[in-house]
Amino acid sequence: MSAYNFAYLDEHTKRMIRRAILKAVAVPGYQVPFGSREMPLSYGWGTGGVQVTASVIGPGDVLKVIDQGADDTTNAVSIRKFFERTTGVPTTTRTDLATLIQSRHRIPETPLHAGQILVLQVPIPEPLRWLEPREAETRKMHALEEYGVMHVRLYEDITRHGRVAQTYEYPVLVNDRYLMRPSPIPKFDNPKLDMSPALLLFGAGREKRIYAVPPHTRVRSLDFEDHPFEVEHWDRPCALCGARGVFLDEIIVDDKGGRMFACSDTDYCARRQAEGAIGPNGA
Amino acid sequence: MKGGERAIENAHRLLAEERRGDPAVPELALAQIDQQLGLAVDRVMIEGSLHDRELAALAIKQAQGDLIEAVFLLRAYRTTLPRLGVSLPLDTMRMTVGRRISATFKDLPGGQILGPTFDYTHRLLDFDLGDTAARPGDASEEATVVETPEPPATLDPLPRVVDLLDREGLIEPVAAPPDDEPVGDLTREPLQFPASRDVRLQNLARGDEGFVLALGYATQRGYGRNHPFAGEIRQGEVAVELVPEELGFAVEIATIAVTECQMVNQFRGSAVAPPQFTRGYGLVFGNAERKAMAMALVDRALRCRELGEAPGSPTQDEEFVLYHSDSVEASGFVQHLKLPHYVDFQSELVLVRDLRAAAGAVPKP
Amino acid sequence: MSLGDDRPLLSVRRLVKRYGPQVACLDVGFDLWLGEVLGVVGESGSGKTTVLDCLSGRVAADGGRVEYATAVGDVVDVRRLDEPRRRRLLRTEWGVVHQNPRDGLRMGVTAGANVGERLMALGARHYGGIRDAALSWLTQVEIAADRVDDLPETFSGGMQQRLQIARNLVTRPRLVLMDEPTGGLDVSVQARLLDLLRGFVADLGLSAIIVTHDLAVARLLAHRLLVMRAGEVVESGLTDQVLDDPQHPYSQLLVSSVLHP
Repeated sequence: MSAYNFAYLDEHTKRMIRRAILKAVAVPGYQVPFGSREMPLSYGWGTGGVQVTASVIGPGDVLKVIDQGADDTTNAVSIRKFFERTTGVPTTTRTDLATLIQSRHRIPETPLHAGQILVLQVPIPEPLRWLEPREAETRKMHALEEYGVMHVRLYEDITRHGRVAQTYEYPVLVNDRYLMRPSPIPKFDNPKLDMSPALLLFGAGREKRIYAVPPHTRVRSLDFEDHPFEVEHWDRPCALCGARGVFLDEIIVDDKGGRMFACSDTDYCARRQAEGAIGPNGA
Repeated sequence: MKGGERAIENAHRLLAEERRGDPAVPELALAQIDQQLGLAVDRVMIEGSLHDRELAALAIKQAQGDLIEAVFLLRAYRTTLPRLGVSLPLDTMRMTVGRRISATFKDLPGGQILGPTFDYTHRLLDFDLGDTAARPGDASEEATVVETPEPPATLDPLPRVVDLLDREGLIEPVAAPPDDEPVGDLTREPLQFPASRDVRLQNLARGDEGFVLALGYATQRGYGRNHPFAGEIRQGEVAVELVPEELGFAVEIATIAVTECQMVNQFRGSAVAPPQFTRGYGLVFGNAERKAMAMALVDRALRCRELGEAPGSPTQDEEFVLYHSDSVEASGFVQHLKLPHYVDFQSELVLVRDLRAAAGAVPKP
Repeated sequence: MSLGDDRPLLSVRRLVKRYGPQVACLDVGFDLWLGEVLGVVGESGSGKTTVLDCLSGRVAADGGRVEYATAVGDVVDVRRLDEPRRRRLLRTEWGVVHQNPRDGLRMGVTAGANVGERLMALGARHYGGIRDAALSWLTQVEIAADRVDDLPETFSGGMQQRLQIARNLVTRPRLVLMDEPTGGLDVSVQARLLDLLRGFVADLGLSAIIVTHDLAVARLLAHRLLVMRAGEVVESGLTDQVLDDPQHPYSQLLVSSVLHP
């Protein structure tokens, strides 16, 4: 890989992407079109996130890559290796020690701090897409703040199910202006977007959009006054470390329906265990 | 090294073994792919948006013959290449023609030149081809080179059929964009709507052949029918010319093989212009008529807006066609479903269990 | 809000629309006053629907002025409004009732959502409140309250049309444009719908422009009429006058060719 530039992309491309990122930061929640490039991994595997990370990473960074909250899922491993080979930047599994975190489908349980950048991988950036397939029309709706149709959708959910049926990619209003799709994080993670001290960047490679939530920005999940937004709950703690109030993975342990619930965030769980926390299933 | 890493390393090792296949069988040489599977190379080049026969052959070999995967490899490589300049538009009038046919006239200046084509072969498997003992110099049944009594070289350049119609004012003139208007570049800028014709044509040229073919077929069956005639299809070599800044004049940097198709379409009943034939255009690398023709059909269908026709079919829906034509994007997104989605699925499970519990507690009226 | 006698609600002058060499409507002008219903009658091809489409902005007119006096008292040239304002106008002070209710409804969402959408677009965020408003309007258009959670697909044509009307009226528009509101409905269903519309015009002080080829509908609903033929207005006046004593030969032809049961 020595024939390639630092972080694979040429400087011209990185500059183009950084310009898009700056625009995105200037208009929180607004989807900025950018000239996404074909990358060595497939569309759908995080090319948008990789391009964003490649454009902001520097030799002084410490990189963490997770997928479904875990550092050792195959895709996280693959992306981490890619950056190891193309940048030589040190990597870590520790959320608190990372300066740059690329993630698919989760925000870490460990609260982020100022100076950190979280890059989220986005398959479908447009929050109105399932309600209006045409891009020309959705761009107009964003420009004119015509978001009534999204509330109609929520109304319908409540009519049909008694509650909003959206459990991930839950739509949010950013800075009281733009409707945004926060990537397929579970709604459980939505509150972490609100007034975060970190910079949140969102990259969609195939759809060619970048958007951002700058630090300390209001991010509100859509709801009705009499049906307020609420997150998932589990009636038991993590089996391994005993943590409560975190997102748990359901793991099937035998073919008789036996199941175990454990922290989705492997780093969070591992460190709790290292500090002596023990869950019902022991260490 | 944790479990996930080991799994990937093993997977890559297995893949390398699969790719090589039985070590007792001779390994493919890139030249063999380029020469004897040339049409695959042509396809990978045009969909990969990169003209390099050797690289395309390498991609095909590395991808074990999976052409969509090969296109992906070529595109990814292309990303790393610097942009040195922009060539002059290819002048297909100055093509060294190997094949040229028209369905609109029985005969035409320069003649109908059949060239190498599958068209009149009988699709009978030729088991003689299975004899691996090489028989160089044998003319195979499958390629027929027929020349009209007058050698085509007497007409140079070979005139265009559509130009003959143009002289009578029967076909819409080609609206050349103003010189200072830059040509769009899909490989550099994202697609925006409404899309201009140059960008649409780029999208179709590098679009998946199966998709473009299916849509072209659909237009013929009534989905945005545009009453096409094959005005002219020509294949041959054209010069690629560049004007280096330091020289100020054009320099030929390569010759490449291309296939060009110009469809002549009937224009009916619009209040915007008097009756004239209209155009559809297709241009691809190498010998790829099917793609060039399909491209021309879909190009014409997508021109409905500028020709004052009401779009009624998916083939005329710009966003539908242009967003889904890219096999690399499509392949990626379809296959990404293999990636873990268990966190989101867990959220769904929580909800569905809750809803079912609530439904059980309160029976529906 | 009262406008006073000297200022019409809507003032149209020299409206023109062409499709290539063909003239769809030419030199159309009229005033519409608060609380007034204007009928636009003529055969198909007369240009009456084109006039409506030009007013709503569904098609771009080629010339003319369309001045509207807004609820806050200023006068805007609708043709020159920027798109955000125009779209907002169509969602609040104006209503558009399409001939085919499917064009004016969201067929895939419930009746309640259809009626509540405008409220949600304007910022209503209380589910119970939105639903109550929807129920109230469904009752007003004589749709049974227990249909609030049903999809419009399950409604009869007449019900769909009444739902479309409710969807428009929920923001209390001052001006409603209607294109053949009773088209395609059975005679008895038409009668019921017309009664409803007459009631709304009277009770809500609605102004309306109703395009119809059915003179009986015009007589029942409109205070004044424009008779159109081949894109031009050939006669205008009070409804009863035009229908009982038509002056222009074409109006006479139109009136005399109505079948009397």
